[in-house]
Amino acid sequence: MTPLLSVEKLNVFYDAFQAVHDVDLTVGEGEIVSIIGANGAGKSSFLKALVRQAGRVTGSARLDGCDLAALSTREIVAKGIALVPEGRKLFPTLTIFENLRIGQELGRKGDIGFEQVYEWFPVLRERRDSRARELSGGQQQMVALGRALLANPRLLLCDEISLGLAPRVVNELYAIIPQVRERGVAVVVVEQDISRSLAVADRFVCFLEGEVSLSGRPADADRDTIMQHYFGGAH
Amino acid sequence: MVETILNLIVQGVLIGGLYALFALGLSLSLGVMRFVNIAHGDMIVLFSFVLLSLTGVLGWSPFLVALILLPVAFGLGWLLQRFLLQRTVGKGILPILLVTFGLSIIIQNGLLEAYGPNTRKLSGGAIELAALRLGPIDVGVYPLLVFLLAVALIAGLDAFLYRTAIGARIRAVADDPAAADLIGLTSARIYPVAMGVVGITMLVAASCMSVWTNFDPSIGPSRLLAAFEAVVLGGLGSLWGTLIGGVIIGVAQNFGSQIDASWQILAQHLVFLVALVFRPQGLFARS
Repeated sequence: MTPLLSVEKLNVFYDAFQAVHDVDLTVGEGEIVSIIGANGAGKSSFLKALVRQAGRVTGSARLDGCDLAALSTREIVAKGIALVPEGRKLFPTLTIFENLRIGQELGRKGDIGFEQVYEWFPVLRERRDSRARELSGGQQQMVALGRALLANPRLLLCDEISLGLAPRVVNELYAIIPQVRERGVAVVVVEQDISRSLAVADRFVCFLEGEVSLSGRPADADRDTIMQHYFGGAH
Repeated sequence: MVETILNLIVQGVLIGGLYALFALGLSLSLGVMRFVNIAHGDMIVLFSFVLLSLTGVLGWSPFLVALILLPVAFGLGWLLQRFLLQRTVGKGILPILLVTFGLSIIIQNGLLEAYGPNTRKLSGGAIELAALRLGPIDVGVYPLLVFLLAVALIAGLDAFLYRTAIGARIRAVADDPAAADLIGLTSARIYPVAMGVVGITMLVAASCMSVWTNFDPSIGPSRLLAAFEAVVLGGLGSLWGTLIGGVIIGVAQNFGSQIDASWQILAQHLVFLVALVFRPQGLFARS
């Protein structure tokens, strides 16, 4: 069966610096893949490359056979890839409702609507007329996730959604991911928090200095092996 | 005495409507889109000369010609942003200043070459001389209509920006162009629409100005200054604040002119500086 996302020999360059080296990755429909790695390992660059927001990119990335290099970011979102960017990247002077609506307008038609997002994150309904800058970090992350989900993606890319948040809030956010998968949405989760990330994933890929250093199923890899490939020193 | 002061205030308020029209496009580009268009005043003057030429050829009212030209003004604003100004977005304050400064010089010299240095004025017809008696004060019908037009335009633009989806997109891109690009909200598609709207406000300002007062190819920078002061006085991002800013400038000019003719503009700048000292964020800043 053709995977939903198929990446081959992907490289990302920022001028002379190469952030990602020859990465291969496939993601199936409804699959959750975790990308782990230390700070600066190339995880975020890899996600940005998929939505054509990285530097110079070589190699191939296809969504359901469609070459992403031939599309603009706007077209990629409309095709079904939505990114929850690192740092949330909300529009601070817009209301919660306006931030969410932008996600819906840019995305595909589908069955994830405002009611569903408000059911997942009730606080967003209560504060729909508040400006994004007035929210706590956790609430802002809910808006960022809600905005991406309202685009009705086939593939959801989550970049460090736990960063700087209290464990209780992170639990709330991660509780949504299996429910999203039940709707047939594939999810790629980029995290530095290994245990959190592996707990939710079907497969994982570990990045080290821009290269894939280890991949497999969470149940098949012991923690020491993962740590060696996470920080280096395993070769 | 009271009657004189009341008259100065009322006439100042009405002139403030014209200043608000000058400033409205700048309020949108500077206050909402967060970039400074140095050529703003010159573009208004350019539209005035276009109206001068077309009314001369067609023999129609300048207001009718302006109405017909509204889509053209939108298109010119759109093209200017899409193919020139957009190249400077996200590259700091200097490139946009340099590009629009260059544009200002090109417009001024082009107009000077084409029309010469003489001052011009368009005729608005009988409405220019019509007046209403409101208690002890005579109010010109034309200044009153210009003020009401400014109020209507601000109400329309405010609703466009803060109550429509496209308005929210414009504000989103202004908040963070890089974040917008990251989620597929392409600034290169959104900003030209906003600049098209700015083009419309410029044409409206040009049509009102060219009937109200004289113009020549060199007055753009002084119009820019008045517009800039109105926007900053009112507070960045607040279109209604821009109207209030324009009114304050108009009233200050009127009172200044009572001291001496040379005090007219000086009073405007002094009020601006005093307001900056006590409320640097402007009177009604949105953010």
